[in-house]
Amino acid sequence: MIKRLFPMPLHAVMLTLVWLFLNDFSTGHLVLGLMLSIGICLLVAPMSDDHPKVQKPFKALKYFLMVLWDILLSNFEVAIRVLSPNSSLRPGLVALPLDLEGEFPLAVLASTISLTPGTVSVDFSEDMKWLYVHVLHMKTEDDVIQSIKQRYETPLKEIFSC
Amino acid sequence: MTVLEWVASFLLVLGGLFVLIGAVGMVKLPDVYTRLHAPTKTTTLGIGCILIASMCLHVAEGRGLSIQEMVISLFLFITAPVSAYMIAKASLHRRVSMLKGTANSELAEKVRDRKAPEQPTTDEQRPAEH
Amino acid sequence: MLATVLLGVAVLVGLALVLNAWRLIIGPTVTDRILALDTMYINCIALIVLLGIYFQTALYYEAALLIAMLGFVSTSALSKYLLRGDIIE
Repeated sequence: MIKRLFPMPLHAVMLTLVWLFLNDFSTGHLVLGLMLSIGICLLVAPMSDDHPKVQKPFKALKYFLMVLWDILLSNFEVAIRVLSPNSSLRPGLVALPLDLEGEFPLAVLASTISLTPGTVSVDFSEDMKWLYVHVLHMKTEDDVIQSIKQRYETPLKEIFSC
Repeated sequence: MTVLEWVASFLLVLGGLFVLIGAVGMVKLPDVYTRLHAPTKTTTLGIGCILIASMCLHVAEGRGLSIQEMVISLFLFITAPVSAYMIAKASLHRRVSMLKGTANSELAEKVRDRKAPEQPTTDEQRPAEH
Repeated sequence: MLATVLLGVAVLVGLALVLNAWRLIIGPTVTDRILALDTMYINCIALIVLLGIYFQTALYYEAALLIAMLGFVSTSALSKYLLRGDIIE
């Protein structure tokens, strides 16, 4: 019964907190925020599906910080590439074989690839075994594949333990 | 000027420069796929810097920590890869040609049909999407 | 001092907007134009946030948040339209 009335308790609490931060802390806003967040969770619950939970929150935090650092580095790299002449660019498409499974971990992996050094994920193959990546400046194909696998895929596999 | 204001000014200038570099890349880079790199990374970080500077100034003026900037930058960081992915997919679908000299550009057709790279094309029964 | 910095950064962002508009006009393909529009949305958010800092009010952040949302939705809707010829399946 409670499960049906409050389908996603954690999400509801988070939404209420964000509402309170966006407005101000008062009883009126608390009531309004609670009503809104419970209503939204009721609406959204049928659309959500199961995905692997984060098994190691500490590792996930470490991964998050590493990605932030990489975003910073990647920006300097891309800035240099942008400002150097076009003829020195060597763009390329790479097919990256995936060991990771599940939609949510794959989405996280694709997003991190898009945000980090000189790579943008383009598409998955239909069987979700390959990820196509566009690289702004490619030295060798294996280089790109190895670095993505080591730096992002292995920690993600540990985090979602699959 | 306090330390926080110095930090904020530095971040503001850095952010402005990053946004400008993103725009320069937008004009200068040769094809859609390389152009995708500039806005997804550089512009997003640029605006991230500006928003963090805004947070610093909020604290410096003694108005407490404001979460609005956090929400905006988080939202932008989550949506930037998604929109890049959508645009790349749309360009592949419309067969926008890649820059000459792009390594493995023959893979593009495979990506377009979402096939695995090594599979021979003949035993694929699925009709092409339109 | 801060006002000068803000003015300088606003000039940088404005220049970026002009460059993106240039790409929007000349863009050889439709996807180029979508990309330019997306980037222009983000630059607009930057300008609005700068304005918010300048006037020292939190009112503008709501506007920035709305524009961020609209920008993302319009980009994905346009790409989806190109992909499927339809926005809602």
